[in-house]
Amino acid sequence: MMARCLARFLVSLLALAICNAASVSHPISDSHRSAALDVFVPLDGSYKSLEEAYEALKSLEILGIDKKSDLSSGTCENVVKVLASPSSALKDVFYALSVNGILKCKTGEDVPKDIVSKLQAGAKDAKLLLDFYYSIRGLVLVKEQFSGTDLTLGDAEAIFRSVKALSQSDGRWRYSSNNAESSTFAAGLAFETLAGVISLAPSEIDQSLIQTVKTGILKLFDSIQKYDDGTFYFDGSEGPISTTASVIRGLTSFAASESTGLNLPGDKIVGLAKFFLGVGIPGDAKDFFNQIDALACLEDNRFSVPLILSLPSTVISLTKKEPLKVKVSTVLGSKAPALSVKLAEALNSKGSSVINNQELKFDADSATYFLDSFPKNFDVGKYTFVFEILLDESANEKGYITEAQTKVPIAATGAIGIENAEIAVLDSDVGSIESQKKLDLTKDGVVSLSANHLQKLRLSFQLTTPLGLVFKPHQAFLKLKHESQVEHIFLVKTYGKKAELVLDFLGLVEKLYYLSGKYEIQLTIGDASMENSLLSNIGHIELDLPERPEKAPLPPLHPTDPYSRYGPKSEISHIFRVPEKLPAKQLSLIFLGLIVLPFIAFLIGLTRLGVNIKSFPSSVGAATSALLFHGGIGAVLLLYVLFWLKLDLFTTLKALSLLGVFLLFVGHRTLSNLAAASNKLKSA
Amino acid sequence: MVKSTSKDAQDLFRSLHSAYSATPTNLKIIDLYVVFAVFTALIQVAYMALVGSFPFNSFLSGVLSCVGTAVLAVCLRIQVNKENKEFKHKTVVTNLRGIVAMFVIAV
Repeated sequence: MMARCLARFLVSLLALAICNAASVSHPISDSHRSAALDVFVPLDGSYKSLEEAYEALKSLEILGIDKKSDLSSGTCENVVKVLASPSSALKDVFYALSVNGILKCKTGEDVPKDIVSKLQAGAKDAKLLLDFYYSIRGLVLVKEQFSGTDLTLGDAEAIFRSVKALSQSDGRWRYSSNNAESSTFAAGLAFETLAGVISLAPSEIDQSLIQTVKTGILKLFDSIQKYDDGTFYFDGSEGPISTTASVIRGLTSFAASESTGLNLPGDKIVGLAKFFLGVGIPGDAKDFFNQIDALACLEDNRFSVPLILSLPSTVISLTKKEPLKVKVSTVLGSKAPALSVKLAEALNSKGSSVINNQELKFDADSATYFLDSFPKNFDVGKYTFVFEILLDESANEKGYITEAQTKVPIAATGAIGIENAEIAVLDSDVGSIESQKKLDLTKDGVVSLSANHLQKLRLSFQLTTPLGLVFKPHQAFLKLKHESQVEHIFLVKTYGKKAELVLDFLGLVEKLYYLSGKYEIQLTIGDASMENSLLSNIGHIELDLPERPEKAPLPPLHPTDPYSRYGPKSEISHIFRVPEKLPAKQLSLIFLGLIVLPFIAFLIGLTRLGVNIKSFPSSVGAATSALLFHGGIGAVLLLYVLFWLKLDLFTTLKALSLLGVFLLFVGHRTLSNLAAASNKLKSA
Repeated sequence: MVKSTSKDAQDLFRSLHSAYSATPTNLKIIDLYVVFAVFTALIQVAYMALVGSFPFNSFLSGVLSCVGTAVLAVCLRIQVNKENKEFKHKTVVTNLRGIVAMFVIAV
């Protein structure tokens, strides 16, 4: 018996360890619809581009919101203009036709012939994936909307092959044969294009080609990514939402176009559905459109339609005795087929199973399944409920699939019983009770106690769950508040069967800042599973503490306003070095002038003395070297000036060394010329 | 007594002036240059006395460069002066041009 229990416990623990985290998805609801009105309806009634218009109108149509009358006039004008003009680009024609499909601006027999010829020419001459996409899908839209046409693609198989040539072995597709970069988003576009080719082809396309595409699809599924909670998605440079939506659109249209059926792994389809439902309400128009469009494709497709299990409320209240409701629906919230929901097991926080294999009853009026009877040993606390869905035989023809097991975190709340609550003042050493009062914690009491610093205060109570087990709350605080607004908080811990707090005032005198006087006592008990959490003012206690010694810390002067620490701090005044006092500008300029005066006086004195440059050499060679010499000296003086104004020492020294070497040579030459001249004079 | 001293001073000054005009022009140029350099230095010292020596480096560089060039000019004058017989053997280069070239490079 023990061995079996132990084995079951171990297996359930192991199962919990391997399995994914519990999570709840909700199908598309009215909050989505009201958000869609904000995102998709423009304020001035017109859209910036046909692509935006198509995305917005398609989303509104899927969600069932009818705003066509408001929006159609401006958009229809745009559509008609694009379809009528012969020079529109393929992309604009495609989106114009898409919008036309929703708003039905132009219908009937008058198919625009030049549009058709343009699209057919586009399909034949296309080299890029996007050109193929727009032209082929455009032709498909024309065929749907305008009844009098007989559109067939001339050489469908050749077009199929040329689109297929852009595929890669890992399942992704390239945008053009020149560019090597590939993406999963392009794969989705390619699937839609191929689906269009198959539907427009006059005769059957070779099955081997279609089979290679199917293998490619399965290869693409190898690159799917997943999160821990069981959601799957495709990632790419356009972002996970756009990429995954494109792939789902492509797969849906491909599966719809050909007859033999597409087998995709069911758990991944459910994972993709959960991914889009897990996005919540996107704020971006493009993400919103991609989410809604992908879910619409998943809702109604040929391979498998996922069903979602959701719970409106994940809290079971043991006092109210209401049943636990479970809803099963498609991703867009439509009715599910006939099925039965079973609660496989309910695991409590320790991991043991409390409920096993309980079938839920069905309420046809509200289309919900409910569980109304809980076993006797169902206590308050946190549980993980594991639901399984079993489809009836009739539903299997449409190919519905569900998750193997849906794990949902459930909280059970109830009324916790509080017993034996009492507060007492004890004499410290002996432990004898000086005064003891019984408390009724549901009412604010007027307990009045007194104690001195040699005594202790003891508070104790017992909490029991509805089943009579000991309950340990998340929060149990005792607050002592002095008359001067100084507060102290103590935790009440649970030991064994009861919760107890003993305050020894001898050790606490310093913490209480030696403040004697009247303290108010307040007890708080709270927990998530407790429906009757309480905050009760028990009463007050007169504390007689000794005088404060010199070195003890003072109580905080102002009442500790808990929000004051988040206010601005005091301004910091920086001390900067006091700049040196500079003399007045005019004074410096006057002295500059004064300095120049002696120089001028020197020059005047030179002329008075009769200075001349008569012995400046006249012959060419000597003259040049003399000139260079004097020029070099002038350059050195100029270098000094530059050094003062701008240059730093290193560049100056470098220049000076160069000039110095130059001057050496030139000066030597000048002197030798002069010496030769004087020798000539002497000898002559 | 004042009159005699002032007359003496005047006589002294006049004799100095006449003796000085006898010096050759070269030396007069050098003397003028020395006076110019010293005056520049003095003006800088006066400025510093007025406004304080905040950029002390500037003051030092200005004054010392003036004083240095004055000293070099005085050395040149000593070496160039023909009447100065003691220095004849002690110069590195006896040639006049050499002396002037040395002075230029030293400056």
